[in-house]
Amino acid sequence: MSDMRRVSSNPHVRAKETTSNIMMWVVIALLPTAGFGIYNFGVDALIILLLSVASCVLSEFIYEKAMHKPITVGDFSAVVTGLLLGLNLPSTVPFWIPILGGIFAIIMVKQLFGGLGQNFMNPALGGRCFLVISFPAIMTNFITDAYTGATPLANLKNGVEVNVMDMLIGRTAGTIGETSMICIAIGAMILFALGIIDYVIPFTYIISFVIFVGLFGGHGFNWTYISAHLAGGGLMLGAFFMATDYVTCPITPRGRFIYGLILGLLTGIFRIFGANAEGVSFAIVIANLLVPLIEKYTIPRAFGIKRNAKKEAKKA
Amino acid sequence: MARGTFEGGIHPYEGKELSKDKPIKSVLPKGDLVYPLSQHIGAPAKAIVAVGDKVLTGQKIAEAGGFVSAPIYATVSGTVKAIEKRRLATGAMCESIIVENDGLYEEVEFKPLKPYDEMTAEDKIAAVREAGVVGMGGAGFPTAVKFAPKEPDKIDYVIANCSECEPYLTSDYRRMIEEPELLLEGLKIAVSIFPNARGILAIEDNKPDAIAKFKELTKNEDKISVKVVKTKYPEGAERMLIYACTGREINSSMLPADAGCIVDNVDTLCAVCRAVKEGRPLMERIVTITGDAVVDPRNYKVRIGTNYRELLDDAGGFVKEPAKIISGGPMMGFALFDLDVPTTKTASALTCLTKDAVSEMEPTACINCARCVEVCPERLIPKNLADAVEHNNEKAFLDMYGMECCECGCCSYICPARRQLTQLIKGMRKIQLGKRKK
Repeated sequence: MSDMRRVSSNPHVRAKETTSNIMMWVVIALLPTAGFGIYNFGVDALIILLLSVASCVLSEFIYEKAMHKPITVGDFSAVVTGLLLGLNLPSTVPFWIPILGGIFAIIMVKQLFGGLGQNFMNPALGGRCFLVISFPAIMTNFITDAYTGATPLANLKNGVEVNVMDMLIGRTAGTIGETSMICIAIGAMILFALGIIDYVIPFTYIISFVIFVGLFGGHGFNWTYISAHLAGGGLMLGAFFMATDYVTCPITPRGRFIYGLILGLLTGIFRIFGANAEGVSFAIVIANLLVPLIEKYTIPRAFGIKRNAKKEAKKA
Repeated sequence: MARGTFEGGIHPYEGKELSKDKPIKSVLPKGDLVYPLSQHIGAPAKAIVAVGDKVLTGQKIAEAGGFVSAPIYATVSGTVKAIEKRRLATGAMCESIIVENDGLYEEVEFKPLKPYDEMTAEDKIAAVREAGVVGMGGAGFPTAVKFAPKEPDKIDYVIANCSECEPYLTSDYRRMIEEPELLLEGLKIAVSIFPNARGILAIEDNKPDAIAKFKELTKNEDKISVKVVKTKYPEGAERMLIYACTGREINSSMLPADAGCIVDNVDTLCAVCRAVKEGRPLMERIVTITGDAVVDPRNYKVRIGTNYRELLDDAGGFVKEPAKIISGGPMMGFALFDLDVPTTKTASALTCLTKDAVSEMEPTACINCARCVEVCPERLIPKNLADAVEHNNEKAFLDMYGMECCECGCCSYICPARRQLTQLIKGMRKIQLGKRKK
């Protein structure tokens, strides 16, 4: 028995993809959006993004060090959280805002619930919602040098005319990352091509939202009105990058469909009947809370199990 | 209906190019031969020779220990040296007959039960039973039992499992290329046992030459056809293959016969042909010796009982010290800690890899990415099942159809967090199966 070898249970090979390189691809997919945000809003946007990322990564590192847990900063998930949080902030916020938001997102929303994979809501959006509720004036101050103060969505709510072309390119007011539809689409395409996100959630979200707005928006299926709703706020960024967050979306195929529907419905309600022009963050955060319930009732029937197998088994 | 594929599955690195173009080589054993009495599912065989007995090639040395069991034959001539416990590829110890090879290969005379034309279905099944034929794809279910379902007239299809979806393995492929007539004859015999059955050769589309060959050979056959199935792991899993060929679904508590199907592996059908037409017992099989650690990866025609080490030596030994040696392929095989293990009826390959992907990665936190759900051919939620196992929640495990798992390993393969999903689920299934027996 001189040459005892290592054994393990099968399978003995693994795919190449790991958590950290998935997260890295998400960061890469967000770069066009971040880049355009910096181009659009200037150096302040860059500083906010950097502060937000640094705050998230450092919070995670310090918390894990203090709690004597393994350091998991290398998996890039805190970078993704930081970047998403930064992209969800206006460029005019004071610099303590991204720092505070990052700390809240990582410590309160993510780490206190057990770290990666255990958080019940999207940390970046949790952080943003915390900031919006606590500092509403700062968080909705979209005044920049180049553009008028209101976001296209706010203009829409107040009956001001909006320019759809500007919204596609992103030359409008808004948070750093939500303005450019083209950049968001490029990022989403990267994630689709690599199979990192699936189509079900973003598209059921968008389609159900369009139907809701068409029915209850008061303008019918008016193309300009609907596209302004789609492109004028955080919907696209939310649908492709935050609703699809692995940890906080359902794992079951049917569950994902239902989750998308709920998101569309909630976003529609918040935007049309709510006091704010925006509703994506709150919709996603609330739908996150429903995920365990959705998952529980959408466990698929296994291969070869007949529809009424369970009932029959009970009878027998 | 039959779409030639199934939902889920994975495309691991195939590694088949290492050995697929080299002809099968016959090797004669040099050292002692070891015949474990349990090379099949069911009751172990009972030894009918004693230490010191002379045996001939093809002599029965152990008889079936029950209905679901199979006899074992000596594959060389020589002397019974010992009957003792030896280690199997699975790591378990098993009572085994050890025969010292005298190098003469004196054979007993083989003759069929009856001339083929006079044989009834029962005669054919009896011949298969007597020859000790078992499913040689890995499960080792006695073929004669498979051929005797409750209602033989309800069998619509006999499927020859030529898909060989396991990475690195090319033994079935070489058999199809080199002895297609033997395989076809075996399939015809199996089909003839059932009054209403048709034969299907299910071949993955990464073997175009084999597909062409069999299409040519079956041109004038009205009961046999070729079904091209998609190259994907685990296409050759029994339940998946039945679905791909017929569109019928069976669950873990059903037999293929419940869906009107019988599925047999390539080597098994070849052995069936030999058993019925020539009366030759199951004595040899094709074994792939492969992996990036082997000097000359190729396929061998092996006398069952030959030590793996001898095959490896014939293949030139190691280029580089392997990190892992696997009996079988990398998805379903058993890792060996020691090479001193005999080939058995179900030993399809020896895969020697220079890289051990498993020990390089520590499991990390699940990120709920749902890749395991996407690849699971049984439509399970492996993540939830593994969580249930970690929390020792047996009820949740059973409610979420944990027992339907076919242990194909797709979820562990794909998991970006490197969780041991299959392993956790497999462990709980063992516990539950044990409880059922009680």
